[in-house]
Amino acid sequence: MASTTAVGSRGGRASAPERRVARRRPQFRFSAARSYLGIAIIVIFCLAPFYWMVVTAFRNVGYTFDTTPWPTHVTLDNFRTAFSTSLGNHFGRALLNSAIIGVCTTLLAVAAGCFAAYAIARLDFRGKYLVLGVVLGASMFPGVALLTPLFQLFTNIHWIGGYQALIIPDISFALPLTVYTLTAFFAEMPWELEEAAVVDGCTPGQAFRKVLLPLAAPGLFTTAILAFISSWNEYLLASELSNDKTQPVTVAVAQFTGSQPHQDPYTAVMAAGTIVTIPLVIMVLLLQRRIVAGLTAGGVKG
Amino acid sequence: MIRRTRVFPAAMASLGAAVLVVAMGGCGSGNDSNSADKNTNSRGPITYVQGKDNNNVIRPLIAQWNASHPNEQVTFKEQSDQADQQHDDLVQHLQAKDSHYDVLNIDVVYVAEFAAKGWLQPLTGQFKLDTSPFLPATVKTGTYNNTLYAAPQSSDGGLLYYRKDLVPNPPKTWDEMMSDCSIAKAHKMDCYAGQFAKYEGLTVNAAEAINTAGGEIVKSDGRTPDVDTPAAAKGLSMLVDAYKNGNIPQQAITYQEEQGRQSFEAGKLLFLRNWPYVYSLATTDGSSVVKDKFGIAPLPGIDASKPGASSLGGHDAAISQYSAHKATAFDFIKFLTSEETQKTFATKASLAPVIASLYDDPTLVKQLPYLPTLKNSLANAVPRPVTPFYPAVTQAIETNAYAAIKGDKTVDQALKDMQAAIQAAGS
Amino acid sequence: MSVTSGVSANDKAEQQAQAPAPERKRGSSLHRGEGRRGIFLVAPTIILLAVVIGYPVVKAIVMSFQKDPGLDKATGMFVSGGSAGFSNYTHWLLQRCGTASCPPGTLGSEFWDSVTTTFFFTAATVVIEVILGMWMALVMNRAFRGRGVLRASVLVPWAIPTAITAKLWYFIFAYDGIANHILHTHILWTGGAWASRFAIIIADVWKTTPFIALLILAGLQVIPAETYEAARVDGANSWQRFTKVTLPLVRPALMVAILFRTLDALRIYDLPAILTGGGGGTGHATTTLSILVVDQIRSGFNSAAALSTLTFLLIFLVAFIFVKFLGAHVVQTQQRQQKGTI
Repeated sequence: MASTTAVGSRGGRASAPERRVARRRPQFRFSAARSYLGIAIIVIFCLAPFYWMVVTAFRNVGYTFDTTPWPTHVTLDNFRTAFSTSLGNHFGRALLNSAIIGVCTTLLAVAAGCFAAYAIARLDFRGKYLVLGVVLGASMFPGVALLTPLFQLFTNIHWIGGYQALIIPDISFALPLTVYTLTAFFAEMPWELEEAAVVDGCTPGQAFRKVLLPLAAPGLFTTAILAFISSWNEYLLASELSNDKTQPVTVAVAQFTGSQPHQDPYTAVMAAGTIVTIPLVIMVLLLQRRIVAGLTAGGVKG
Repeated sequence: MIRRTRVFPAAMASLGAAVLVVAMGGCGSGNDSNSADKNTNSRGPITYVQGKDNNNVIRPLIAQWNASHPNEQVTFKEQSDQADQQHDDLVQHLQAKDSHYDVLNIDVVYVAEFAAKGWLQPLTGQFKLDTSPFLPATVKTGTYNNTLYAAPQSSDGGLLYYRKDLVPNPPKTWDEMMSDCSIAKAHKMDCYAGQFAKYEGLTVNAAEAINTAGGEIVKSDGRTPDVDTPAAAKGLSMLVDAYKNGNIPQQAITYQEEQGRQSFEAGKLLFLRNWPYVYSLATTDGSSVVKDKFGIAPLPGIDASKPGASSLGGHDAAISQYSAHKATAFDFIKFLTSEETQKTFATKASLAPVIASLYDDPTLVKQLPYLPTLKNSLANAVPRPVTPFYPAVTQAIETNAYAAIKGDKTVDQALKDMQAAIQAAGS
Repeated sequence: MSVTSGVSANDKAEQQAQAPAPERKRGSSLHRGEGRRGIFLVAPTIILLAVVIGYPVVKAIVMSFQKDPGLDKATGMFVSGGSAGFSNYTHWLLQRCGTASCPPGTLGSEFWDSVTTTFFFTAATVVIEVILGMWMALVMNRAFRGRGVLRASVLVPWAIPTAITAKLWYFIFAYDGIANHILHTHILWTGGAWASRFAIIIADVWKTTPFIALLILAGLQVIPAETYEAARVDGANSWQRFTKVTLPLVRPALMVAILFRTLDALRIYDLPAILTGGGGGTGHATTTLSILVVDQIRSGFNSAAALSTLTFLLIFLVAFIFVKFLGAHVVQTQQRQQKGTI
């Protein structure tokens, strides 16, 4: 039990891992060179294709297959093309759509998921394992199988072209993700504090709100980020359940068209891809410590 | 351990229970009625459904229509740019008998399916359309079971792009082109490429080879396969042999339209089979090294008297069976296929017209210099199989043609399998 | 795994006396009435899942027992197919079209090949990603200067939407693309049987390894430094420290990561669909089950419904095997916690 407590309380403060690292410092001097080499390899591995995407995004469309590895024929035209609506692309609106869908999905999934996760992690009730089984089964479900029935349903009730037709299917994967991440997280929390709070006169609801929620905040935050990204990145369902008014960026980019039939405007696609990725990269840059710390505290410790 | 595994039976049990509930409660589908010939004389507002309006050409046209038809306004419903998704969108709305989908712009390969499902108003009786101005092959794309279900709206055909600086006279036959490949070799270039990646483009190219050699894929009923013939074997062998001896470069089996175009524009390819869109791009692209060095010709045939048989691209326009205002819908189709509208499509969106006479129109030719050549190509065009099972049929063609070209199968075996697979598709 | 026996006993106890007095185990006022509260709290989740998954699942199963419409030979019009019994399932499982076996070029003939392909992708990507991810996690865990840059750059591939990743790799793997240029090769990345498979594996490894690495890193970071110190004092070399200390301690995190990654890989769609269209090799070298379902949807919903149900059952089976025989402790956290409480 002692270790559980340690884990839980450490998770509450993002700076804790760094402190532990500091304690281990002497160990690292020994393999510093190898370590830096490893870092370099990882960074190149992860960023090289992304770099190529950005280089292509800034390249004149007439030189699409130029293989010069550094920027040549630099132009901003592709970004203009990406945002231009004259070719029938609606990229700007699609960005907004993705944001709306992502935020709504995340709020709903986290709102419903945190209650379920609390119940599963903390309470004994009949059917608990049924719930877990359903959630697990849901997280395994292949997206293609949802497509046809949902399309028929949404067509019949005239939902195609509404945001709800995209938010609700996204919940099918965002919610199980949320429940699982939060369940694991809640299970690792120091429940003695809750008990103590109750002993001190809090109702269970107050104990949840005043003691547990602040402790759970990093986990909730991480979970929200994961849910948002999963929704932002969804393609298969959105490609069928949206129309040109509600389509998210993934669909918009995959369907990017040139001025001619058969033309595949790679450079504009890469420009759009760059734009889609930038909010996520910024989010990741700002919150990477949060994400990793959150994962450490509750996510997938098993 | 026990507890962990209980998750699964629990989930299974809940699934089973849910199946029972739905099986008892909710099977309310399956009414196939012939609601034909309803609303045939009614007029009023309609919706026109089409894929992405890439060059902003249809909106002004609709505005023009609406200005002169105050009581029969057309609303434009824009679909995605993907052929598959346009198909799915139409299927879902027609299945739901949606009366708000009136005039449908349908990819030529899906007309037969929609017709066979009873979703399209036959263009007969009061909806009889004068098809004489249209290119004959384009009319065939809208015809299923000897009935016209859709009017041709736009077309597309294959052209042979060649390097006129290296080959003064374009090859008239396939054999000529193959012997011209020595020129390519001398210049360290690849000789010929089309679209040979395993996708719809391969069906187009394989069908062109088979049809050019005098074979056919299905009989005129659209259902009976007829591809296991010596003529078809001769056609497919042209591609197979050329790939084997390197006249078609090995990377061509990864080519869709764009890769072939890039290779041609980079000066690496002597001959290219592609659509008309390449013409303007190869002339204007910054990286194109062939700007004034290429020419166009009809696809090569078997003998010099007759050019090759192009497959047909393009879209047809049809009236939904569930439309509430079919008379207006029919007028709108006539508007879409009128000479003036066709001219607008050609000049603004580079869409190949379906009206034969426009290919000789001097102002159009000035803007789209490939039109006379394309007309030649379309004169011999053969539509891809007009079958209600098109997705399965094209799968049968592309899979087996791909295996044959790569040399994984003999031509005879590939055609035998193709025949059987098309047969299975329709059963 | 020492947890197991405690859990089983606990489990039996709970089974015997679940309903009457669940609070018996903890005996605190906090837990009075928790059965009702629990159900109340999970209700929104269950209702949402019933709508977004339950309904489609059940509808798909019902559809899978209906025949797809066929043509009336006389009129050339479609007529509805009626009840199909298990014929949609035998069509796929036995690869039978009508009375004969499905000829090459039909989707029916590709079922078992696509099962093999799907499992091959899953095995290859998961093994490579776990090994590579483990190494990346160890490097990240060791690094301290540049840690932020490292973490952020590792998250970049993971954050790019798969659809866009696929477009990017399609571009990179074009014959005239940068990959062949850098390697000085002329590989048909989207044409050859193995080249196309490797193209997909490479793209998937790039996209997903960072995520695995982060999950493993999360597991690594809870190993107290003292444990390593103790091992070092005992004279263990770095390989021994890895196999004897690190590996057993991150095993639970690793197993969960592998389970979820495996289930995800079995559904792989976006990458092969956009990168190769399912092609390569003899024409369907990269056709996975999900691609087969989507291809089939346009040739008949009901048959597609049977196929997607089979896909689901297959994935379910794999998950079952994982949890039952390989000890992926998906549901384990709260058990460990319970054990702590008792």
